[in-house]
Amino acid sequence: WVCHTPIRLRELIRTIRTARTQAEEREMIQKECAAIRSSFREEDNTYRCRNVAKLLYMHMLGYPAHFGQLECLKLIASQKFTDKRIGYLGAMLLLDERQDVHLLMTNCIKNDLNHSTQYVQGLALCTLGCMGSSEMCRDLAGEVEKLLKTSNSYLRKKAALCAVHVIRKVPELMEMFLPATKNLLSEKNHGVLHTSVVLLTEMCERSPDMLAHFRKLVPQLVRILKNLIMSGYSPEHDVSGISDPFLQVRILRLLRILGKGDDDSSEAMNDILAQVATNTETSKNVGNAILYETVLTIMDIKSESGLRVLAINILGRFLLNNDKNIRYVALTSLLKTVQTDHNAVQRHRSTIVDCLKDLDVSIKRRAMELSFALVNGNNIRGMMKELLYFLDSCDPEFKADCASGVFLAAEKYAPSKRWHIDTIMRVLTTAGSYVRDDSVPNLIQLITNSVEMHAYTVQRLYKALLDDISQQPLVQVASWCIGEYGDLLISGQCEEEEPIQVTEDEVLDVLEGLLVSNLSSPVTRGYSLTAIMKLSTRFSSVNRIKKVVSIYGSSIDVELQQRAVEYNGNDLLDLLGGNDVPVIPTTMPTKPASAGGELLDLLGDLSLGIPPMTAYNKNGLKIDFTFERANPNPNVAVITIHASNSTEADMTDFVFQAAVPKTFQLQLLSPSSNVVPALNQGTVTQVIRVLNQQKLRMRIKLTYIHKGSAVQDLAEVNNFPPQSWQ
Amino acid sequence: MIKFVLMVNQQGQTRLSRYYESVELSRRAALEADAVRCCLSRKKDQCSFVEFKDFKLVYRQYAALIIVVGVSDGENELSIYELIHNFVEVLDKHFSRVIMFNLDSIHIILDEMIQNGHIVETNKNRILAPLTAINKMAEG
Repeated sequence: WVCHTPIRLRELIRTIRTARTQAEEREMIQKECAAIRSSFREEDNTYRCRNVAKLLYMHMLGYPAHFGQLECLKLIASQKFTDKRIGYLGAMLLLDERQDVHLLMTNCIKNDLNHSTQYVQGLALCTLGCMGSSEMCRDLAGEVEKLLKTSNSYLRKKAALCAVHVIRKVPELMEMFLPATKNLLSEKNHGVLHTSVVLLTEMCERSPDMLAHFRKLVPQLVRILKNLIMSGYSPEHDVSGISDPFLQVRILRLLRILGKGDDDSSEAMNDILAQVATNTETSKNVGNAILYETVLTIMDIKSESGLRVLAINILGRFLLNNDKNIRYVALTSLLKTVQTDHNAVQRHRSTIVDCLKDLDVSIKRRAMELSFALVNGNNIRGMMKELLYFLDSCDPEFKADCASGVFLAAEKYAPSKRWHIDTIMRVLTTAGSYVRDDSVPNLIQLITNSVEMHAYTVQRLYKALLDDISQQPLVQVASWCIGEYGDLLISGQCEEEEPIQVTEDEVLDVLEGLLVSNLSSPVTRGYSLTAIMKLSTRFSSVNRIKKVVSIYGSSIDVELQQRAVEYNGNDLLDLLGGNDVPVIPTTMPTKPASAGGELLDLLGDLSLGIPPMTAYNKNGLKIDFTFERANPNPNVAVITIHASNSTEADMTDFVFQAAVPKTFQLQLLSPSSNVVPALNQGTVTQVIRVLNQQKLRMRIKLTYIHKGSAVQDLAEVNNFPPQSWQ
Repeated sequence: MIKFVLMVNQQGQTRLSRYYESVELSRRAALEADAVRCCLSRKKDQCSFVEFKDFKLVYRQYAALIIVVGVSDGENELSIYELIHNFVEVLDKHFSRVIMFNLDSIHIILDEMIQNGHIVETNKNRILAPLTAINKMAEG
């Protein structure tokens, strides 16, 4: 067979790039994988390096490469540099401590940490610091510690970061590295300085004892920082005219940790912080990065007030910077300090408010949060104007939070009740669909308490409904309001603005419109119906109201029906005529019975042997009653009516009503449907629960539409079997 | 700390990825796709820092290549923004053109700059010295 030389990595990359589809790429990869596998099987030393390199590339693209793990180990064990470097890279990319394989590396790493060539030692340090397990770290910590004390700066800097990893994996070993840290900061080499600061930071963050111990380094850190600032141009470390900004940032961060909560340390760094804050060049990003870190440090330590004001002013200047990154960073920091340095941040309020108009989403969000934090009794009017404008135009993702913020601020600082109501109205009309559900009861409470504003409020809400009924929270609050204060509305008694002329019928039109609109949610319909019912005590058009309510007595919407039945129960027997005193049916929230069966299960044991009876049979409409005793209360009779229709036309809008003498209690649950199909094709069932201890009598009323005409009938049911009430 | 470094092209294909925090292989593709999509969808006038899941992304575009660095909260974003530029300048110095074919070298460079999620070295000469030396040894 043909044995060809494995292709180089760059050739593979070039080939893969030519693939036009995912499938094509997969095919190429599989082909190459197969070639690599067979090459591995042949234990080919020459090309192992090249093959693993390719495997790493394929791994990066997302293809499995675990079969190369052992090969990495072989490369690490090799004496060739090129092998070792790919082997270690492979180990870092493919292995982690979850694979047992990695333990085999320990010995190799140990040897390589002591290798004669620094680059090999560096590889070993890097790899150990990347994925060494706790056991490996424990085994090799001594080697790392040794290298931390070497004079070779290349190795020292890597050893420091490796030590960070060791400490993370085996925290008890932290003490061991303490002696080596003694003269880390006297290094001239910036790489070493940098990683040493990282190591010191790690140790301080992990141990309060270490933190206390290292506070004595503050003067030294201050000196290093000072040298960096004052040193003038240094080609080695220069980045856009600033000397090693990365190191400056790192030192500032360590100073923050050391100065926090400690008066002496904070005082010792006060001067240098002021110096950095005032002298750093701000025209480029590097300078601003340092200033940013400085500000964070000033705000965290126990700095004197002058320094804090300086820091906030830097942030204020950042806000005016053209660079959006800088503005973002400023707003983030201001948000952190607004509680502690409220007054200082207030001075930048107008700039912050301007940021509400920024195009960047993150900036806008922070500006919004900050704005709410800055609202107080003095600036409420101006701030609210800006925030409401923001609410109008902002992305939907902000609207809910902004609306909630406005409500909160208005509640705390509203200068007048009228202003408060107006503000709420503005929110409901512009962002009404985004307002949180819990706002509705809160707003209702607020309106209730603003007694002198009732007429004004109901008028404004009514007018809002005329414009738009799509925003549910607005509609709900408006419905409630009309239900409560509808009398004020029609009386034309508004003081705050020109009163509108509106009749009872117009109001009822609007509320009924809400009931039928498919824009209205079930909750909204509930509010509207309740409002209509309440108006029966305030308006004179009671008949119209009753009509609406009785229509909804047969509504498919259970909630509505529940309310309607509740309401109508009051004068049910009046409707039926007769001498018995009406009984108010108790209500119980239940799901409608689809065919009666479901509900019967809920209600307990099925028929206890009480025979069914026919309660009504006239004009093709037959109503049978079946009985059970309720569980656990045996005094409650559970009657299921079964209505069937033997005529050749359906009976639609079918409503069954029942009334019992006052010594009984009756409860009528929802019917399965309001259409009794023709030709006995189905039944409408409905459950009645009666609490009774005496002979049961009942009056029923039936209404339905048959062949285009409305039918109504009344009947008495007297033929209950004795077992149903004994 | 730095959680990961990604280099992607404008179509969102990963050209280089390096993780300093353990992320399961199966989740990497999704993470990379999400992060890249997030950065690519941003407009020119938006800032280079994005809140992403429970950490942050700092990204920078250079011609057809986009570099995305995931950082933990509390990392100085402006500093990382500067670091990315530093990295690109180092790459620029070493490779005359078309860098992406020498993936292993880029990893070596990255390792000299960032270890364990922290910055090791930012001086360009010192970063490149080991690579130059290793390459000489490889040839010799």
